[in-house]
Amino acid sequence: MDVTRREVVRAKGRFASGNLVRLGLMAVPFVFFGLFFAYPVAAIVGRGLRPEGAWAFSVLGEVLADPAIGRVLWFTLWQAAASTALTLALGVPAAYVFARLEFPGKRLLRAVLVIPFVLPTVVAGSAFLALLGRGGVLDGLFGVRLDTSVWAILVAHVFFNFAVVVRTVGGLWAQLDPRQEEAARVLGAGRAAAWRRVVLPALAPSIGAASLIVFLFTFTSFGIVQILGGPRYATLEVEIYRQTADLFQLPTAAVLTLLQLLVVVLLLAWHARTVRKRESTLSLVPAEQTAHPPRGRGQWALLWAVLGVVGVLVVAPLAVLVERSFNGPDGYGLTFYRQLFTDTGNTTFPVPPIAAVGNSLAYAAAATALALVVGSLAATALTVRRGAGGPGRLVRGFDALLMLPLGTSAVTVGFGFLVALDEPPLDLRESWLLVPLAQALVGVPFVVRTLLPVLRAVDVRLRESAAVLGASPLRVWREVDLPMVGRSAAVAAGFAFAVSLGEFGATVFLARPDAPTLPVAVARFLGRAGEANYGQAMALSTLLMVVCGATLLVLERVRTHSAGEF
Amino acid sequence: MHRYVRRAAAASTALALALLAACGAGSGDDGKTVRLVTHDSFNVSKSVLKKFTERTGYKVEVVSGGDAGAMVNQAALNKGNPQGDVLFGVDTALLSRALDQKIFTPYRAKGLDKVPERYRADDRNRVTPVDSGEICVNYDRKYFAEKDLEPPRTLDDLTKPAYRDLLVTENAATSSPGLGFLLATVDEYGEDGWNSYWKKLRANGVEVVDGWEQAYNDRFSGSRGGKGEGDRPLVVSYASSPPVEVVDADPKPKQAPTGVARETCFQQVEFAGLLDGAGNAEGGRKLLDFLLGKEFQEDMPLQMFVNPVREDARLPELFTRYGEQAKDPATMAPERIADNHEQWVKAWTSLVVK
Repeated sequence: MDVTRREVVRAKGRFASGNLVRLGLMAVPFVFFGLFFAYPVAAIVGRGLRPEGAWAFSVLGEVLADPAIGRVLWFTLWQAAASTALTLALGVPAAYVFARLEFPGKRLLRAVLVIPFVLPTVVAGSAFLALLGRGGVLDGLFGVRLDTSVWAILVAHVFFNFAVVVRTVGGLWAQLDPRQEEAARVLGAGRAAAWRRVVLPALAPSIGAASLIVFLFTFTSFGIVQILGGPRYATLEVEIYRQTADLFQLPTAAVLTLLQLLVVVLLLAWHARTVRKRESTLSLVPAEQTAHPPRGRGQWALLWAVLGVVGVLVVAPLAVLVERSFNGPDGYGLTFYRQLFTDTGNTTFPVPPIAAVGNSLAYAAAATALALVVGSLAATALTVRRGAGGPGRLVRGFDALLMLPLGTSAVTVGFGFLVALDEPPLDLRESWLLVPLAQALVGVPFVVRTLLPVLRAVDVRLRESAAVLGASPLRVWREVDLPMVGRSAAVAAGFAFAVSLGEFGATVFLARPDAPTLPVAVARFLGRAGEANYGQAMALSTLLMVVCGATLLVLERVRTHSAGEF
Repeated sequence: MHRYVRRAAAASTALALALLAACGAGSGDDGKTVRLVTHDSFNVSKSVLKKFTERTGYKVEVVSGGDAGAMVNQAALNKGNPQGDVLFGVDTALLSRALDQKIFTPYRAKGLDKVPERYRADDRNRVTPVDSGEICVNYDRKYFAEKDLEPPRTLDDLTKPAYRDLLVTENAATSSPGLGFLLATVDEYGEDGWNSYWKKLRANGVEVVDGWEQAYNDRFSGSRGGKGEGDRPLVVSYASSPPVEVVDADPKPKQAPTGVARETCFQQVEFAGLLDGAGNAEGGRKLLDFLLGKEFQEDMPLQMFVNPVREDARLPELFTRYGEQAKDPATMAPERIADNHEQWVKAWTSLVVK
């Protein structure tokens, strides 16, 4: 009796100190974001708004009053909203299929879905033009041409972001206890009603998280809008790049950066109000128990429909690139791949181009490690002591801060690094670390968004019982949270890795010429005329796909093992 | 329980310290390295670079920051505390900005007396001309042979009905050849005439895409990289693009698969300069001398596909055999470009794109 009471008192004491724990956990992410995001962005915006050491706020009015900027903002917003809606419409059914149905090749296909994520937009754009553009496959078959139309942009956005929905939503869906839905059906609810009242509310947080990420990605879309939309369309991101890198109008760029940040902050606030409210404790089960082979005509039809969409939208563009990488000067062969291994004898590739594979892997591994550490600390901090009252304002602000890099222009961050991190002790301009740091900034939001819904779904009573039984907070985390989160952590790591592997906008400014990443090397080849350069660009892109796919397959394997710990 | 707070705080401190240590290790200024800041099209034979090291004792480290515009802007942001010692790759269109931003310090490179007056742009030698290149309309020989059609020669030709829907060019707002082509037309038709020229060009079906990569690789029918899948036989590219098309060909064809419309060209000169506040100014000066030296000048054509500015530099056979010389290429004073650039691009955009 006595012993138990003492334990309870001690447990209560631990929970009372939750805020302190939270602050401690937040320290690392806070320092990270302060130093490598807030400070550089503030520095470059400051340069723009204080050109001669005095604040020049007049530029604010001038830029915002420009009707052309208004049009850019409007286009940026509506294309992002439309892209998000389209990606959800196609992605949620696919999430179900990948979460609940068993079919051969599922694991491979799920890894393939993520590949678009890592492809440089200039490469993916080229593949899309081959399919949708003039003289493309669709043109030949049906006379349909989508290039330089807004449809090409939307379809390409689905191509890039499909995996976000399938994996984020599917990750949770696979672990939802199907018995709840079955119970609703037994109690007389129709299929639609059971879905609407049981499944959908449970999925809401992950659908919200996926929409948020897709929206932010398409909101800051750059290469796709330029390549597929042509010069007629511009997003804020395109305009910021033009003002910064082409015109050197830092004041205008600063105002646009602030405008972009403002929209993102408003969006995050709205997201927090509407979606996170719905987060609730769910009963989670291992994914293996919920998946089954398709049953009945409906499920088969759904499976084929999803496979069709995936085939046309994701696999076909990738296949075009692979085909081109083998289509050498003397018919199909490995010519371009062999060329990748030869020393060019010049400084464009001081080492054989194939070395880019190693560079990319090393950078991405470092970035993933950084993102996982920072992201999981942040996610844990955000879930500490959920039981007693909602999260405070500090926490919500912190949560939003972590998402901001996704909504910030890469050129702003890239230039900001060069302006802010140029003095000892933080003269990072020459350091290799700059690349993984910039990449991790984009990876952390994925880790946080993927882990949060699951962490929040963990029943607080489980943690409390563990604490009551004498487990230290660390042990509670290890024994309760970690096993449940392990699966999502692998998903998160996969995303962070893919994002790092594919990051181009900031890396192109920061990577050293003698150590290019794969996307940077591809861009270097594409910038030069001649068959060999084009072919090697395609070959490197294919290798990028293979590297990405293989890594994800390995991660899936890891995930399967850890899921056995349930 | 405060243990955990302390532990987390300690972890964050450790992380920060590790980062700081990593940065410190990055910059190794031993005085034996000279840093060349340049754009991502820069290229030189390693053997040529090695000779520089053998002769001067300095190792060259290349630092690249995206395209030429981004590179100049970064240098302006890091003014006085530059990323390197020498900057190469400021072109005619960017020169005024680079000079206005005062990123360079004067130095008269050895060998400048071998460079014709027309290439020099600064009396005070803050910048040194290194190479020149022309932006020209290229054509697909096969297309015009099959159609039994004379390829266009001049800007005027491009508005003729015979060449309807054949030309693809780049966005003048974001692409360097796109801007060069616009400048060629401004030079040819003057402040009052270029608008109506572009109206005619638009009426004749000119296609505008974002960048050179899309125009040349995806849209142009004559590029071997794109397997001739594009359906536009005319593209705005460089005078040196035809030699590039045959550089890897084995055996070499009689003629390059593409040709140059010789009276549609705009000449760009690329400059280099010693960065103000360079850590290794002595090495930087040696590097500038080297960029104007005969070895580098004769290496350039095959590495960057540009023409040397030194009179006595010999062009490689590939250029003399497959290259075509632009005829009276258009040029423009850097100040005039700087003063009008934004306004021209705006007018062009509303004329052609919208």
